[in-house]
Order: sequence, then structure tokens, then C-alpha cells
Amino acid sequence: MTRGWALAAIGLATLVAACRHPADEVRVGSKKFTESVVLGEILTQGMRDAAVPAEHRAQLGGTQILWHALLRGDIDLYPDYTGTIRADILHDPAGGSEDSLRAALARFGVGMSSSLGFEDRYALGMKAGEAKRLGVTRISDLRAHPALRLGVSEEFLNRADGWPAVRERYGLTHADVRPLDHDLAYRALADGRIDVMDLYTTDAEIPYYDLAVLEDDLEVFPDYHAVVLYRGDLERRFPRALGIVRALEGRISASEMRRLNARVKLERVPERKAGAEFLASTLGIAAGTPSSGRGRRIGRALAEHLALVGASLGGAIVVAIPLGIAAARRRRLGAAILAAAGVIQTIPTLALLVLLIPVLGIGASPAVAALFLYSVLPIVTNTMAGLGSVPAHLLESADVLGLSRAARLLKIELPLASPSILAGVQTSAVINVGTATLGALIGAGGLGQPILTGIRLDDMPLILEGAVPAALLALAVQALFAGLARLFVPRGLRGYHGS
Amino acid sequence: MNTETPTIELRGAAMRYDGVPALGPTTLSLGAGVNVLLGPSGSGKSTLLRLLTGLALPTSGEVRLWGEPLSARNIAPLRRRLGYVIQDGGLFPHLTAEDNVALAARYLGWAPSRIASRIEALRELTHLPAGVMARFPSQLSGGQRQRIGLMRALMLGPELLLLDEPLGALDPMIRAELRVDLLSIFRRLGQTVVLVTHDLAEAAFFGDRVILLREGSVVQDGTMEDLTLRPADPFVTRFIGAQSGPPPGRA
Repeated sequence: MTRGWALAAIGLATLVAACRHPADEVRVGSKKFTESVVLGEILTQGMRDAAVPAEHRAQLGGTQILWHALLRGDIDLYPDYTGTIRADILHDPAGGSEDSLRAALARFGVGMSSSLGFEDRYALGMKAGEAKRLGVTRISDLRAHPALRLGVSEEFLNRADGWPAVRERYGLTHADVRPLDHDLAYRALADGRIDVMDLYTTDAEIPYYDLAVLEDDLEVFPDYHAVVLYRGDLERRFPRALGIVRALEGRISASEMRRLNARVKLERVPERKAGAEFLASTLGIAAGTPSSGRGRRIGRALAEHLALVGASLGGAIVVAIPLGIAAARRRRLGAAILAAAGVIQTIPTLALLVLLIPVLGIGASPAVAALFLYSVLPIVTNTMAGLGSVPAHLLESADVLGLSRAARLLKIELPLASPSILAGVQTSAVINVGTATLGALIGAGGLGQPILTGIRLDDMPLILEGAVPAALLALAVQALFAGLARLFVPRGLRGYHGS
Repeated sequence: MNTETPTIELRGAAMRYDGVPALGPTTLSLGAGVNVLLGPSGSGKSTLLRLLTGLALPTSGEVRLWGEPLSARNIAPLRRRLGYVIQDGGLFPHLTAEDNVALAARYLGWAPSRIASRIEALRELTHLPAGVMARFPSQLSGGQRQRIGLMRALMLGPELLLLDEPLGALDPMIRAELRVDLLSIFRRLGQTVVLVTHDLAEAAFFGDRVILLREGSVVQDGTMEDLTLRPADPFVTRFIGAQSGPPPGRA
């Protein structure tokens, strides 16, 4: 049956294409906020200048994702902060000296640089005018205003050294504390929808929105020196890679960092360019910045997106159609398969992605795996339904003609079920195109990347750069399947409804 | 009487579906010529045909084809020696008429030239124009579909032809035409034919031997003449009377 083989071949080819091994190079990670991405760019370009092949896996997510990626070797180094390392990685917020921190990390086979020269600690901020009106200059002063509305980042809300510590030490009783994306919080504050938010002391928005940074008078927030964490084997694999890290130690002041953040967030300069400017002015490195044009950028994101969708869908086709056939044959097996696929379908995408990271690391693999798992159910269900709708008298005709079970399946049942199976594959494909945008959160790239960056930079054109092609892609997939129906669904079945 | 092994032998074959009897223990031999299984719906005639095709195995007793007791093990080779036609042809909607007819031969690995010449011969036998062979079932008339179904059943040159209400889905004009053609084909091929119908006129037209069934058992087995002139019991008279206009003597 040539059609079946063609389908299987497409599936395998896309699967193989997605599993290509990355070239050996230094992989720099960064978290999904501007400062981290800028530091990642500075590190990456600095290495390239030292002729070390380097790749920046930008805005991967939060601390846990980066830390586990570092331990697994998915990335070789990334910028972090001493306070974060103590609280979230070593779970010892009291911590000790930098040396004891370094010793603790060494047990994981991870090295830590000295401070890059600035601190990015937590703070609470309000609009300066509002703070003055209420007479608030210190966090303690908030006690007198329990009706103020707080919008804080999810991480701050849940970190031991974040909101819980502040609330306890200062005895705050504010009831309206909502988790809010950090970048959206600035806009909410400016629009008067919240009154207080958490800040990072190097945030570019502080002068821009004219915010008052409240004094941490009880010294709740620990120190947050910017450092670089790197794998212990990095020096052996790329002896010159650490040179740029050492060269950066103590070279980035807080005002310099705030300026770099402002360049990106407020002046809309790409991180790549801001990083290059810094390297040129501070270290005298003329890093070439081949800033790719919008067309090439979209093209690359689109190609990554298609690879994610293609690989996951191809794998799902290869696995789900046989599963659907088995499920149609044995009712109890079918019920078990449907139950399992149904459970997977209910796991939120982000949760599934994070669950897969310990097993598959970051990047395309966990994204493909998650999309694959989501794709299975519609194809299995539709394969079952398609096979179940083949009329009994046709099956009997095939039997009496002397066809074997296998021949009956290939020549009669699957062709008759093909419109239904194809509809299932189409459903999966359209879902995948949408869901794959979330892959950007774990470094899988794709059209979610510009959307994610656009949200971070509050850059609508950049958001559209991902969202519009994703929507067009979904339409193209619909059209593609109309064409595939012509190829895969036998001509005689047009207008045939299985009765 | 014929002393050779009959084509079909039922030895106390009975069939129950979920405990409900569909065919009582039946002993019957069928040989050359057209054997008509006649009866109203629910009489067990279709069940009997399912036993002959191996689509169902008897819950007790046995069915023999060419002397071999039918079982799940030998059903495949035996089926290649029989052809089966159902109402409206039972054609596969995704295959052209030609592909429907050639399916079994291709599956058995016949050479394309042999398949082509066989199809040509059958097409002439069933009086179909060459143009219809490339069409899909949905593009054929009811009569054409039934002729294609017949071609498909005859493709491998079966020694036994089984037909389940072959004219049931056709309008009267086409039915009359196909009836004549079918009979001449039966005569020319001279195989054992078993034809199931509920229609007395059809039974009279085709049947060398007519077996009348009622509620899962054989009521009478003989020629049409036997049935009309020497009915075995009052049911036979009623069944014949109901399909032949007003019963005699009531005018």
C-alpha cells in the first residue's frame, strides 16, 4: 500500500531531521528577562571574538530550567545572582561568604565567577508622586497603607527571600497581592491598576516611569551580585572560554547595566547590538554583529517552528495510527489507550514541558516530545472511529473474497477510514502549530521566540512577527490538508459517507 | 439420485445468536443446478447462507463443502472456490469497478494479462459496456453495480456461487432484465448455485430446486411444481397464496 508507506516515510524523515546533533560549541544560556539576555549576548560575542565557537540559547525561562540545563550539559554557562543561587539552588538563603558559595557549587561540578561589578537585588517600588503623597519612603511605611494593591512577579511571590520574607519581617497585611508578569506590572503601575510592585535595582524603567525605590530598612533582601555560573568541564573543553568571563569581572557597574537595559527595553536596540556596544566601549572588542534582517529572522523562526510541528506530528502519525488500529481491534486496550491519551491531554502545556526537562533537557527535544504526546489522542480517536464506521457487509465481502486480515486492513479498512484518519492528523497539526509557540519558553525556538521577546520588551511589532506567521501557518496547514485529502483519500470516497 | 459427494452438506447444522435460535438443526445436501432458499424474513435463509460462506460457524452440527467440514482453519482455501454476491453488489466504494473485480486475483498474484483477459470475458458474460470498468461504484446504476458484484464473485472461476437477494435493491425494469441474464449465466457456467430470496416469482424463475424455510427450519424441499401442487403443510399454501394474488376459491 503505497500511500501508507509514503505516510510512514514522511513521519520518519521529519523525526530524523529533528534529532540532528548540535555541533560542539559553547552554549551560553540566559533567563527570560532583558538583563540576563544582554549578559548572555556579551558573553557569547566575547567568546566569538576570542575565536571560541559559541551559541546563545536566549531567554530559556527561570532559574530551575537554567540550573538543570547547566547540570545536564545542555548549556555550559549562564549569568545568575548570588542571592538567587543561595535561595533557589542551594536552598540556604542565609548563605555564607562568596567562598562558601563557591565551595557549595563545586560539589555540583559548577564554577562561579567573581561579581561582574553590579548588584541586581530585589526592591519594592511605587510611582514617585504617589509615594510622596502617602509619605512612603521605606518598606516599613507600607504597614500604614494596607489597602494598597500589589502586583508582583510569580517568582517574587513564591520565593522564600521574596514576598513571604517581606510580609513576615515587616508585618504587612496587604490582601490584594496578585502575581503579574514583571513587564506587564510596569504598565499596570503606570496605568494605576496596581500601587506597588517588585523591582530589580537595575531595571531601566525606574527612571523612565519616575519610580520611587522604597528603602529596605529591615534589610530583608539578600545581596544579588551578578556572577556567571559555568560547568566544571568548560575550561578543559574550551580553554579560552573562561577568559572573557574573567575579563568581565568587576567591569559592569549598576548604572552601566541600567543603561544597557534601557537601550534594549526603552530604545528598542536589539540585545545583540547593546552587547556589542558594551564590548566595544569597555573591553575594546569590535564584535561583528551580523544583525539579521526581519525576513531572515522570520524565516529562521518559521523553519524552527515547522521542524517542531513536523517532527512531533510525524512521530505521532507513526505511533498513533497503529495504536488506533489496535484500539479498534481490542475494546479494553482501546479504552486504556484513550484514557491514557486523555490524561496527557489535560496536562497544561507549560507543566508538561517542565516535567519533560529533567528527562530530555531543554531545547527542541522536550518540545517535540510534548507536542507528540498532544498529537496522539486526536489521531488515535479518529483512526478508531474511521475503522469502526466501515460497514459490516463490506468487511464480510472482503472476508468471503478470501483476503487475509492484513490485506483486508490495508486494502479495504484503512482506505475507507482514511478521510477520518486524515481529519485527526489535521486536528493535531493545527493544535501543534499553536502549541509549539510555547516551546520558546524552554529554548526550542520557533515563532514563539519573537512573541516571547516581544512581550518582554513590550514590542508589539515583534509580537506580531511571531503571531502573524503562526496564524498564517495554521491557515496553510488547513489548506495543505485539503490538498492531502486529494492525495490520500481515494477518489471514489468523495461524497461517500460510509453507509 | 446423485451418488457423488454433494457440493454442500449440512449435517444437523444449527445456529443460535446470543442463545436465540436462528436456524434449527438442519440436514441438507445441495448439488448442481440452481438451489433457491425461499422464505419470509426471519425464516433462517440468510443464516443458512452465512453458514455456507463461513461468515458464521454452526453452534452445533457441521457444514461440509466438497466433503470437507468447514472450520476456521480451512475456510480460506475453500472460500477461493466459491463466489458470493450480496444485495447491491457489496462493492468497495474506494475502488473502481475494475479494481473491485480484480482485487482477489491481484491478491493471489495473477499476472496482469491473465486478469485483463478474464475481466474481458466476464464483462461480455455480464453484458457490461467497457466504459463502466473505470468508474467508481457511486457512479454506477444499481443494475451495473450488481453486474460488477457478479463479475467480482466469478473472477476466480468458483465452483459454487452464492447469491443473497441479488435482485432485491433493483427497480422492476432492471430486475427483469438482470434476471434473464443471470439465468443464462447460471446455465452456461453450470455450477452449483445457491440463491436466497423472499420472492416467490424469483424462486419460480430460477429454481431447479426450491427449499422453503420458516422460523429456522425447512418446511418443504422440492421443485416449484411440488410446492404448488403438493404443499407439505398449510404454511406452504399460505406463503404461495400470499404472493400469487387472491387465494383460489375465495372469489
